[in-house]
Amino acid sequence: MLSTLDELRAAVGAVADPEIPVLTIDDLGILRGLEVERGRVTVTITPTYSGCPAMDVIADDVRQVLAEHGHPDAVVRTVLAPAWTTDWMSEAGKRKLTEYGIAPPSARSDSAVWLPSPVVRPRCPRCGSAETREISHFGSTACKSLWVCEACREPFDHFKAI
Amino acid sequence: MTALQSYTLRLGDDCLILSHRLAEWTTRAPELEEDVALANIALDLLGQARMLLSYAGSFDGRSEDDLAYLRDEREFVNCQLAELENGDFAHTIARLLCFSTYQLALYRRLTDSADATLAAVAAKGVKEVAYHRDHAEHWTRRLGDGTAESHRRMQAGLAAVWPYTHELFIPDDVEQRLPGIAVDPGSLRPEWESFIDGVLTGATLERPADDGWRPRGGRHGVHTEAMGFLLAEFQYLHRAHPGARW
Repeated sequence: MLSTLDELRAAVGAVADPEIPVLTIDDLGILRGLEVERGRVTVTITPTYSGCPAMDVIADDVRQVLAEHGHPDAVVRTVLAPAWTTDWMSEAGKRKLTEYGIAPPSARSDSAVWLPSPVVRPRCPRCGSAETREISHFGSTACKSLWVCEACREPFDHFKAI
Repeated sequence: MTALQSYTLRLGDDCLILSHRLAEWTTRAPELEEDVALANIALDLLGQARMLLSYAGSFDGRSEDDLAYLRDEREFVNCQLAELENGDFAHTIARLLCFSTYQLALYRRLTDSADATLAAVAAKGVKEVAYHRDHAEHWTRRLGDGTAESHRRMQAGLAAVWPYTHELFIPDDVEQRLPGIAVDPGSLRPEWESFIDGVLTGATLERPADDGWRPRGGRHGVHTEAMGFLLAEFQYLHRAHPGARW
């Protein structure tokens, strides 16, 4: 069974991130291209962080989806440039993150001097309070930092804006 | 070996060896959040190392694993600062502050490299390393401007790693043969000193006196006693079970 390019693109884009399974790779903005040349599919993805261990699993899942759509010889390419930014995350993705209990990345300032600490503190994904405090720059995965809500006292993850 | 391959290996080995040192803290850090933080920093560096070693290996048909696990000590070209034993937590933070300040300045410049792969790795890594430096800076202030005991140990950590920082800025013919591609390490020193001095002042710490002891040689495969022990642990499994997979 052969699928159209749009169907392939949709199927590949729906592959879930293994570490944050509510997000698809389309939501994350890490799917950078899908091309078919002489019947052979090449998918291009880009890592969120240099050491993101999810990339191998994502590449395997992409190949499996394509095999199910009649392309067992698909190639998954990883590109580094341009570097991924959270600005590529979809609005749907940000909404899903909040519902999942992770504060989504805020908009990034494109200043030449890039600073790790966010200018705008993320709102608590549970109670919505803006009274939040960062506990650590580093969280359960490379892409997240650890915060606590001063209103409801619950700790939460924040998807770092980079 | 071409100059570009040598240069890429130096960058990659720094990341790989420091990543291994930081990973040694896993389950041993002073608090849970710190365990997570050091593991994350190690993971970022490991990711950078993989990209750089894969690129370095592409010039002569070696894989990232060949370069990581099957080279001997004299073939590693990381700076000696990266391989030093962790020491106590303050030593580790002092090393991270010195190294990440250097690496951030380097990556910022390397994003303009005429070599597209090095520029891409740097552009990806620069944001990661900004977090590393910020983390080290916070701890340096907290320990330096903390209790008498934390101040004493932070100052001792700085003194221990300081002689090894000089090597970071020694230019040699590898960079000189790569104009527009490599960064002259000597040119990074003013920015490095200015940032470090600012942190030390804020942390009520003193810049260690330069007593003239400036060990060097890592870029040419000459390492400290710690390196052999590090590689023995790091490479053992791969060498004992060639091709092992799980």
